Formats: sequence, C-alpha cells, structure tokens
Amino acid sequence: MRLRAAYGVLVLLALTAPFLGLYPVFLMKLWCFAMFACAFNLLLGFTKMLSFGHAAYFGSSAYVTGWLVAVHAWHTLEAVLAGVAVALLLGVVIGALAVRRQGIYFAMITLALSQLVFFVCLQAEFTGGENGLQSIPRGSVLGLGLGEDRTMYYFVFACFAAMYVLILRIVHSPFGQVLKAIRANEPRAVSLGYKVNRYKLLAFVLSAGIAGLAGSLKALVLGFVTLTDVSQATSGEVILMTLLGGSGTFLGPVVGAVVVVTLQEYLSDLVGSWVTVIIGAIFVICVMTFRLGFVGEIQRRFAATRASIE
Amino acid sequence: MTTVFGVPLAAILGQLMLGLVNGSFYALLSLGLAVIFGLLGVVNFAHGAFYMLGAFAAYVGLQFLGVNYWWALILAPLAVGILGVIIERLFLRHLYLLDPLYGLLLTFGIALIAEGAMRGVFGASGNSYPVPSLLQGGFNLGFMVLPIYRAWVVLASLAVCAVTWFLIEKTRLGARLRAATENALLVQAFGINVPLMVMITYGAGVALAAFAGVLAAPVVQVSPLMGTSLVIVVFAVVVIGGMGSLVGAIVSGLVLGLVEGLTKVVYPEASSIVVFVIMAVVLIWRPTGLFGRD
Repeated sequence: MRLRAAYGVLVLLALTAPFLGLYPVFLMKLWCFAMFACAFNLLLGFTKMLSFGHAAYFGSSAYVTGWLVAVHAWHTLEAVLAGVAVALLLGVVIGALAVRRQGIYFAMITLALSQLVFFVCLQAEFTGGENGLQSIPRGSVLGLGLGEDRTMYYFVFACFAAMYVLILRIVHSPFGQVLKAIRANEPRAVSLGYKVNRYKLLAFVLSAGIAGLAGSLKALVLGFVTLTDVSQATSGEVILMTLLGGSGTFLGPVVGAVVVVTLQEYLSDLVGSWVTVIIGAIFVICVMTFRLGFVGEIQRRFAATRASIE
Repeated sequence: MTTVFGVPLAAILGQLMLGLVNGSFYALLSLGLAVIFGLLGVVNFAHGAFYMLGAFAAYVGLQFLGVNYWWALILAPLAVGILGVIIERLFLRHLYLLDPLYGLLLTFGIALIAEGAMRGVFGASGNSYPVPSLLQGGFNLGFMVLPIYRAWVVLASLAVCAVTWFLIEKTRLGARLRAATENALLVQAFGINVPLMVMITYGAGVALAAFAGVLAAPVVQVSPLMGTSLVIVVFAVVVIGGMGSLVGAIVSGLVLGLVEGLTKVVYPEASSIVVFVIMAVVLIWRPTGLFGRD
C-alpha cells in the first residue's frame, strides 16, 4: 500500500516536472540514464553479473539511431528500433562469449569486448570519428512532432515507464526467479538442472536491448552522439549509479542516476576535470561504507524497525 | 631492399621491435596483476593508474627534483609501492571476505581518483621525457637500426620478470607466498604473518607497474590517460593467458605485443583490436585461458 502511494507520488512528480521550472533537456537526460541504470541493474542486481562494458550497447544504439535519422532521414520510431536491434545483436554476440566465464572474468571480458566496440566506432566512417554525429533531428512519433521539448519529454518518460514495468515483470516472472537463484548460488542452480548459461545470456541480451533504447533516446534528446557514449567512462558511470542507488532494488538505479547526472551537470562547470576525482571518491566511499546503496540501506532500516516492533 | 609480401623487411622488424617493447609492458603489468590476484583475490583495476603514476613520478623527479632516470628506476617504484601499501591497509584489507567484485570496483574508483587528480594538476596533454644519455642512439645491425633504448626496455623487463618468477617459484619466501595462495588460514596457523605478506605483495605488484611506467616514460608521452587503455588490454592478456600462471602471464604478454606489432604492418586498422579478437577466439576454444587451470 505504502509502495503504491510512493509510486503514485513519483509518477505525479515526473508528469508535472516540466512545469516546475526544471530544464526539460536535463530531465530527459535523467530518464535516459535512469533507464540505462535500470537495464544494468537487471544484470548486476538480479543476476550478480558485473558487466564492465555496458556503454557498448548504449553507445552503438545511439550511433545507429543518430546516423539513420540524420544521414538517411529515417522515421524516428524505425531508427530507434534499428538501434535497439543492433544493441540486442551485440548483446547476443558479446553475451555468448562472456557468460562462458563467471565473476571477475566476466567483468574483464565484457570490458575488453566493449573496448573493441569503442575502437570500431573510433575508426568507422559512419560515426564521424572524433567529431561524432552532430545535429540529429528528433523527427516525430505517431504524428506528434518531437521538436517541442514537452512532447519529447512525455515520449521519453513513457518509454522509461514502459521499460521500468518491463523489468519489474521480468524480475517477478518465473524466469526472474531463476535469475535470482543463479545470483544466490550458481552451482546449486546448475545442479537443479537449469541451463544457467542460457538464462544468463537471455538476461544479458534483454539488458543490452534496454540499454540500447536508452542510448537511442539520449541521441535524439541531445541531438548528438560522441565517442564518450561508447567509452569506458560511461560504463563506469552506470555502475556507479546502480551501486550508489542500490543494486538489486527497483528504485535504486533511478535514484543513483538522478544523483550522478545532477552532480555531473553542476560540478563539471564548477571544478572541471576534478569531477573525475569526486566520482572516484564516491566509488570508494560507496564500496567501503554503504554497499547496499541509498535505497538498499533505507529498505534494510525499515525491515529492522519492523522486526523490532513485531 | 629485402621485402616480405611487398613490405620492406626493415619496416617489419621495426614494428616487431615496437611490438616487443609493448609486449614487455604487458608482461610486467599482467605479471603484477597475476601475483596480486593469486594472493589477494583482487583484480587490481588501478594497475594502469599505478603505471601512469610511476611515469609521472619519474617525470616530476627529473623536472623539479633533479632525480635522474637511473634513480627514478628505483625511487618511483618504491614511492608508488608505498602508496599501494597504504591503500591496501586503508581500504582493500576490509574487502577480502566479500565478493571479489568489490575489490574490482574499489580499485576502479582509485584509478579514477588518480587519473582525475593528475589531469587536474598536469593537464590532459602529454609530457615528453628524454631518453637517458647512456641509452641514446642505436646499433646498426646491417639490415636495420636497433634503437638502444628499446632494446634496454625489453632486456630490463625480461630481467625483472625473471627475478620475480625466481623469487616466487624458487625461494623460501615464494614458497610461503604460494602456500598462502592455496590456503591462507592454514599458513597463518603455522605462525606466518599472512596479513603482512599480503600487504607487501600488493605493494610489490604495484611497484612492478610503476617500474614499467618509468621504462615507458621515454618511449610514450607521459600523460594522465596513458594507463587507462593499457589496463584494458592487459586484462584481455590475462584472460588469454589464464590468471593462475606466472609464466603464462609473461609469455602471453610478450607474444601478444609481437602479434600487435605484426598486425600494424599487415593491417594497421586492426592493430588496436587484435588482442581483443584473439581473446574472443580463445574464449570459444579454451574458456579457461591458454595456461589457465580452473
């Protein structure tokens, strides 16, 4: 009951946000990164797979969508779907290789293969190399022009909400239960007869696809795609968002994304390159002192007080 | 002029030499990673940052403190090693009982702090470090000119790798280290101070990275970002070689450096990704790595 009320307040807040005087492009960026972090959390939080190269799917999908819209004048929806398709495909290829190893090896393999994607984007013609893709038009969806910031905002928020619900459904499905079993004890899941690698691969591909959608939308929102979007720095940021907000919780990644994106938005003007130092320090503090993240800690406190009352 | 497949032989040998130099750095770094992982169970993401700090220590020493190359070769690894010891004491020590992913995330944060701080102080552009006068110039081998400094880098790296291997595989101290890698609790029960050993091992592994950094300072630009992309390649090298074996780390480092050099001759566009492609192939064929045991 309390949870439903909390969601109600949050949705209301999200729907009225553009009228509260907040900069709409900034808000849209928030939703994109929140979606990205939720996708990442599907792997880290619910399957305990630390992908250290999630920017590969985010960025390549952004490039494909941006290129199709800007150079080939594709319709927005088709270009976004094409971007997501590429992210899914990359997810299948990289995921199939990476799930062959567990734990830290999995992290190193995803990192190395995402670096491969980065170098391909650096050298390929269509990405515009160091310059990236510029002035990507937003086009229209179902006859609604997205050039207007408020329309775009509701489109982005609708996509985010849909993906959030999708992830909720995935985690609460029988498939999600198997993922949690793998998180808890992989050898036992194997001994129960589950083909663990297939489950992990499917989770990986789903996560890559949602990360891709987030990237495509980000390309449309900001109107440009650069190498940063496929870089290891972006992969690191999404890890931080999830960890800081609370991996394995539903709202955690959203909270983490809001905190990290806001920090970057305001700090980068203030302190320049020292923002990397601050991000690194947050990483250290997070790992040393509150590994459950904001939302995880709050949930733990609530559970503790409830237990003491009963 | 002799040519192989239409490419001048001297160009091929030159690229191979460069590849061997890079391979030496890969070998030194993956050796340190393997030693640290063996005992601590931590994948040290900050390894590239320590390599960068080693190079910067040499640069700052020369520019501001009058420390020459030869002293830097000793002092920079020492300083960075001490920094490593402090980090182990303050942070890493508290994570050993947790999932190894936390060690990776912590050292990633440390790498970000080190890079960001150096960029804040020195800027993002590269600084050049002169080749020491004793090692300038080159040998004329008749078919190519061999730059003395590059030959020195390869020899010095190989020597340090050999000494490290000897220390771990053939001495009493190494035997204790290997025993602690197998079962730390039991070794501690025999009265050996394992936490001290762990601390020194981390410091030494990090010092190896800093040593590679000093060696690299005259051949690459000393910049805050020099370690970032390197550490990712070294991770791939470690996955290819299998993290369990020291010889595996050294050999795969050198060989992959050579392969990268050769790719630069044959198909330059692929030279930055060839190691990752090889990693993918190895994962399909032998998921535990070439020298790995599970």
